[in-house]
Amino acid sequence: MTMSVIMNEDKSETGIKLTEQQQRARRARSIAIAVSLGVLVILFYIVTLVKGPGVLNRPL
Amino acid sequence: MSVTLTRAEPSIAGAGDYIALMKPRVMSLVVFTAFVGLMIAPGHLHPVIGLTALICIAVGAGAAGALNMWYDADIDERMTRTAARPIPSGRVAPGEALAFGLTLAVFAVVVLGLLVNVAAAALLALTIAFYVLVYTMWLKRSTPQNIVIGGAAGALPPVIGWAAATGGLAIEPIVLFLIIFFWTPPHFWALSLYRTEDYARAGIPMLPVVAGEAETRRQILLYSLVLAPLGVAPWFLGYTGPLYAVVAIAAGAVIVALALRVRGERSGHAASKQMFAFSILYLFLLFATLLVDWVAGGLFGRFAA
Repeated sequence: MTMSVIMNEDKSETGIKLTEQQQRARRARSIAIAVSLGVLVILFYIVTLVKGPGVLNRPL
Repeated sequence: MSVTLTRAEPSIAGAGDYIALMKPRVMSLVVFTAFVGLMIAPGHLHPVIGLTALICIAVGAGAAGALNMWYDADIDERMTRTAARPIPSGRVAPGEALAFGLTLAVFAVVVLGLLVNVAAAALLALTIAFYVLVYTMWLKRSTPQNIVIGGAAGALPPVIGWAAATGGLAIEPIVLFLIIFFWTPPHFWALSLYRTEDYARAGIPMLPVVAGEAETRRQILLYSLVLAPLGVAPWFLGYTGPLYAVVAIAAGAVIVALALRVRGERSGHAASKQMFAFSILYLFLLFATLLVDWVAGGLFGRFAA
């Protein structure tokens, strides 16, 4: 039994061209991820200040 | 044998679609009840740690919502109420929703465990797992008791809030858990009475679909008769002041009166719609009054003293 893989020829030759709507959506998602990660970093920073050196010494 | 590989179309999902995956309206009730559980707990919790706990609980609830939408996409597209959700409308691919939900769930639980405490993190993990594995994947499509048992997931947030503040459990948050637990069936069955066709088309065995409208109306009344006195229990057990008692007794009387109207309704669904709308207000009123009572100093302070 032989197995052949047929790729979508048009797209593999020219690559995927994002439409304007897709580009806008990708940009919005990227900004949302960046903001979320920023908030997480700030949260860890502030909690470290609040808890001091014993930040990982947490109660059950 | 040949395999044709086609690339997935690039996503057009915006940030708003991912927020919709997190069921923001459900999340707001979760955060509110968790906030009340956190506030009324004895002892002092630094505001930053409290806010961290609430963010983690909100994200955890959002994760559960996204995983629910991922698993239920096939039935969501058959129901008019849910057909416009991000997956059935084609804006978010199911795999994206799954990855989003799992990522949020892991982050919420780990961050809650690292920055607040392990007990709250364990309860949050249990809540997410119960909602996704027990309610969504098992009960929802198999039994009319789906929302009764599954309601435990929605009832846990005040317990998580309490655990975040104290690192443990007590009778008080369990009473709050029971109030939400017994509130859930009349709330959802009132909705299902006027969405019966939707649920039947999607193949979900909601009580009106399986047992009929008359039995559903009877069950709404029975659960309301349990809920109304349970709502007063925090005062009866001595945890709250008289303000809470007045609000809980009055709101409980209204919910029983509405349940009686639903029971007696022969045509149309006006009473069911009223019941559904008031049930949301009922839960908000009870928890808001708990908070007001606590702020006024009459609440659990006497336990902490």
